[in-house]
Amino acid sequence: MANTIASHSHIGDRPRPAVNYLNAQKGLWSWMTTVDHKRIGVMYLVGVLSAFFIGGMFALMVRLSLLTPSHMLFGRVLMTAETYNRVFTLHGAIMVFLFIIPSVPAALGNFVLPLMLGAKDVAFPRLNLASFYLWCTGAAMAIASMIIGAVDTGWTFYTPYSTTTQGTVGLMVMAVFILGFSSIFTGINFVATVHKLRAPGMGWFDMPLFVWGIYSTAIIQVLATPVLGITLVLLLLERVFNIGIFDPKIGGDPVLFQHFFWFYSHPAVYIMILPGMAIISELIPTFSRKTMFGYRAVAYSSVSLALVSFIVWGHHMFVAGQSQLATVIFSALTFLVAIPSGVKMFNWLGTMYKGNISLETPMLYAISFLLLFAIGGLTGIFLGTLSVDVHLTDTYFVVAHFHYVMMGGTVIAFVGGIHYWWPKMTGRMYNEFWGRIACVLVFIGFNVTFFTQFIMGSLGMPRRYYNYLPQYAPYHMVSTIGSWILATGFFITAAYLLASLRKPMDAPDNPWGGTTLEWQTSSPPIEHNFEDQPVLQRAPYDYRPEPVGHK
Amino acid sequence: MLPPQGSAFAGEVDNVYMGLFWLSVVLFLGIAFAAIYFAWRFRYKPGRVTPHQTHNTTLEIAWSVGPLILCVGIFFWGLNGWMKYVVAPGEAMEVQVTAKQWLWTFEYPDGSRTVNELHVPVNKAVRFIMTSEDVLHDFFVPDMRVKHDIVPGRYTEVWFTPTVLGLHHVTCAEYCGKGHSDMTAKLVVDTPEDFQKFVETGGTEWEDYKTNPAAWGKLQWERKGCSTCHSIDGSRTANGGPSWKGIWGKMEKLNNGQTVLVDPDYVLESMMQPQAKIVAGFEPIMPTFQGLLRPHEIQGIMAFIKSLGNDPNGGPPAPTVLSLPPKPAPATEQK
Amino acid sequence: MEQQADTTKIGMWLFLATEVLLFGGLFVGFGLMQSRYPQEFIEAHEHLQRPLGALNTIVLLISSWTMVMAVLSSKRADRKKTVMFLLLTILCACIFLGVKYFEYSHKFEEGLLPGHWYKAQVTDTVHTAAGTLSHGYATFFSFYFMMTGLHGIHILVGIILLAWITVRANRGEFSSAYFTPVDLIGLYWHLVDMIWIYLFPLYYLIK
Repeated sequence: MANTIASHSHIGDRPRPAVNYLNAQKGLWSWMTTVDHKRIGVMYLVGVLSAFFIGGMFALMVRLSLLTPSHMLFGRVLMTAETYNRVFTLHGAIMVFLFIIPSVPAALGNFVLPLMLGAKDVAFPRLNLASFYLWCTGAAMAIASMIIGAVDTGWTFYTPYSTTTQGTVGLMVMAVFILGFSSIFTGINFVATVHKLRAPGMGWFDMPLFVWGIYSTAIIQVLATPVLGITLVLLLLERVFNIGIFDPKIGGDPVLFQHFFWFYSHPAVYIMILPGMAIISELIPTFSRKTMFGYRAVAYSSVSLALVSFIVWGHHMFVAGQSQLATVIFSALTFLVAIPSGVKMFNWLGTMYKGNISLETPMLYAISFLLLFAIGGLTGIFLGTLSVDVHLTDTYFVVAHFHYVMMGGTVIAFVGGIHYWWPKMTGRMYNEFWGRIACVLVFIGFNVTFFTQFIMGSLGMPRRYYNYLPQYAPYHMVSTIGSWILATGFFITAAYLLASLRKPMDAPDNPWGGTTLEWQTSSPPIEHNFEDQPVLQRAPYDYRPEPVGHK
Repeated sequence: MLPPQGSAFAGEVDNVYMGLFWLSVVLFLGIAFAAIYFAWRFRYKPGRVTPHQTHNTTLEIAWSVGPLILCVGIFFWGLNGWMKYVVAPGEAMEVQVTAKQWLWTFEYPDGSRTVNELHVPVNKAVRFIMTSEDVLHDFFVPDMRVKHDIVPGRYTEVWFTPTVLGLHHVTCAEYCGKGHSDMTAKLVVDTPEDFQKFVETGGTEWEDYKTNPAAWGKLQWERKGCSTCHSIDGSRTANGGPSWKGIWGKMEKLNNGQTVLVDPDYVLESMMQPQAKIVAGFEPIMPTFQGLLRPHEIQGIMAFIKSLGNDPNGGPPAPTVLSLPPKPAPATEQK
Repeated sequence: MEQQADTTKIGMWLFLATEVLLFGGLFVGFGLMQSRYPQEFIEAHEHLQRPLGALNTIVLLISSWTMVMAVLSSKRADRKKTVMFLLLTILCACIFLGVKYFEYSHKFEEGLLPGHWYKAQVTDTVHTAAGTLSHGYATFFSFYFMMTGLHGIHILVGIILLAWITVRANRGEFSSAYFTPVDLIGLYWHLVDMIWIYLFPLYYLIK
């Protein structure tokens, strides 16, 4: 049953150790007090996937309400406008803050980064556990805010609506504040780890590109998140004490909130995409059995994306009332930030060229990423172009764009990464047949759901709309049907992944023939990762048959 | 995939859009073709050795600089169109727009006002000076390709020159709460004569309803924002007002213990001075419609409410025919 | 060991970077509000007690010096001096908070409070078009309390951390081989001092 094509590497094949990180210590308490980065990564994975499920359910509810203009299903109105507004708010807030920002760094990054560096653990293992508990606390508060009351502001909390509306906005805002600290601690941990805990012989340009991506992400996490923190504190103080900063009735400026908010939230979207790109930079060389084309360019592009991401926030505000000069400058800078992403795309294709490519599930997800992120990125050009953005902003075109980059980009890469490292994390191979079927369903469902939204938005359909004019009805119906196909694909994925856990462990050390250090240890790894400290002897992605011994 | 072009610069916006569209198609097909072709052409063969291509400096510079030049070009193309959108011509007619949860008020240069219905004369530039009374809103007219946020506490501006007669719509594009998706206004582009007539009388549509005032009243209930807060089936709207069903001729109980007969005088007072009498159990939050409803619209609403009564023949009389008040005689010169 | 010390130092510098950005947002907000209400901010700041602010500045500068001495002493494994300098640092911090208490009480008495609690003063001259008092005064004090309050919380946390390492120093835990905690908390303390160095002129000395 195990994959026949891919396991042809003999690096690291050996008898499976009886004791690994999963069974070395037993009992719930050992998990709750662990400082093992692998266990923390697994706990994060369970957490963020649960959040993805909840956020996804809310998404399905939103699309169901929009199936027809009457909001009716089987003769009953599904929800009122107020409920709808809460559901789309919660969908956004859960997906952004509970799922996608932690997803790749905290779940996969925690597990894989130290292994890739040949390290025993991250720089600050206890800080890592603290970060996880902060995530749990934020999650609990967010859920409480849903149960005690509701939030209907949209995930962007624009003022003065958010400072004056009823509901548990305060509690949700505090939850996000706490989640911000979880993110900051993860960022601090990874930067320190990459600087100080690399294996002997591993210089900066010998690191896998996944590490470069996570490192660049960590820089953003450290620098941008505090600004969100203070913005949320100001929002809370305005709500509770009416300090007069965002509400014009008491001397404030609503647009100031938007500047503060997007100063974090634009870099935040790079926190979301850089790790996804980082995964693709692992998948493509491995499944093409060819060295990464343009390694340095990709590494530099990750860091430059991180830095340039801080100077484009105003492109969310072209029609918000910022100055005309600011609008022009932000548009120009936005075009600048498009270039590194394009460079990566070409480098990935260059890696596939003359490769030796097999299409296991992780590679299918990687190719899906190339196509979907291409569309997402190209539609970003539309939105950066001033005259066109005036027509398209705040419509479904934007909704489609960000779903293409966040879901078609990051989530697809995340799922690809889960499949890629599943044997390493669990010691089991998943069912390849169902993996490919589910990937195809996800790809088709995703495009049906969201491509129609580009058209709808171009035709003038605004976002966050409960009611809509009848001319948009056919598009909404198609989009909703697409959401069902997409959901089916994900449910199938969950099913076969969980089913694989009931098998005995059958995964070899290196099922895919990867060249990075995590494949040098057992699947799953022993508690301290490596029996002996690995010393780097060849560069990553070096598929030459005779290792020359230099980098 | 774009709405009909209703304004002078819609064409230019669409040119940029379509240019980007075709560029994206070409680039996407290039990427997709490469990915899929490579996956097939270089599919796995056991034992095949792949070339160790670490980089190609010329190629990498080319595909960095090339897109950069393209992006610079696109930036200027977009900037060019946007500059026209930003600066209104000096002789534009000004319309004041006030957005509030969840309706639009438009005030024309002569001081007359309309709710949820905007009339502009064709081929003349119109400039909108906008503010909000509560939270953020956004003035979006898809056919005209204009959009701008409306910010409380300050004025923002947008302009266009409509070039196509007929009906368009204005829609709020910044989330503003429960009624955000109901905040749509009609935009009617008139000939200059029709525009003049509209401002004086509120258009010609009412003449079709001269003998059916209740139907005209129902249209006002939908268009003027009454439906946001007053139901007609007896149900109670959250944060709204009393349902209109069955109230005509009723003795309504007020929050100060007194009762009042629901008749034309009471209904008129409720529309013009809504805070004068508050029905028991409701909040004093209704805005005034002073200056916002024309006489025939008020007549229609009264007739409509009466038609929702329990006994269609009972209760105080309501208007049965719509009429305009007689024009005042022109003022004679004072000695 | 050295790798560990270096690593934790990187961690601390990164954390300090987040603090700079946290306060940075408030500084930016203050700057924007000042350009929006220039006259109100000038009039409002006259109510701040400059001598007390200056005293606090000197106290914090002294505390930074005692902190440096504490780090040096811990590196030299001089248990007595380390404890002494740490206690002096804590003393300075407590004086700072004490002075702050007096400043805040004065504000409460005079009604110089944030948001809608602000009580109009005789010296307030700017009014809105409608005739009501400009919001700028209340905004000034909103920012004053937010920024000095957030800073004060950081001083308090600092006192707790200093107390903790004083106990450890007293147990003789620090020497040239291991003085990292003192070093790192020293870094934190210098940042807290630095933030005050920017706060003080911004609020107390603007013209």
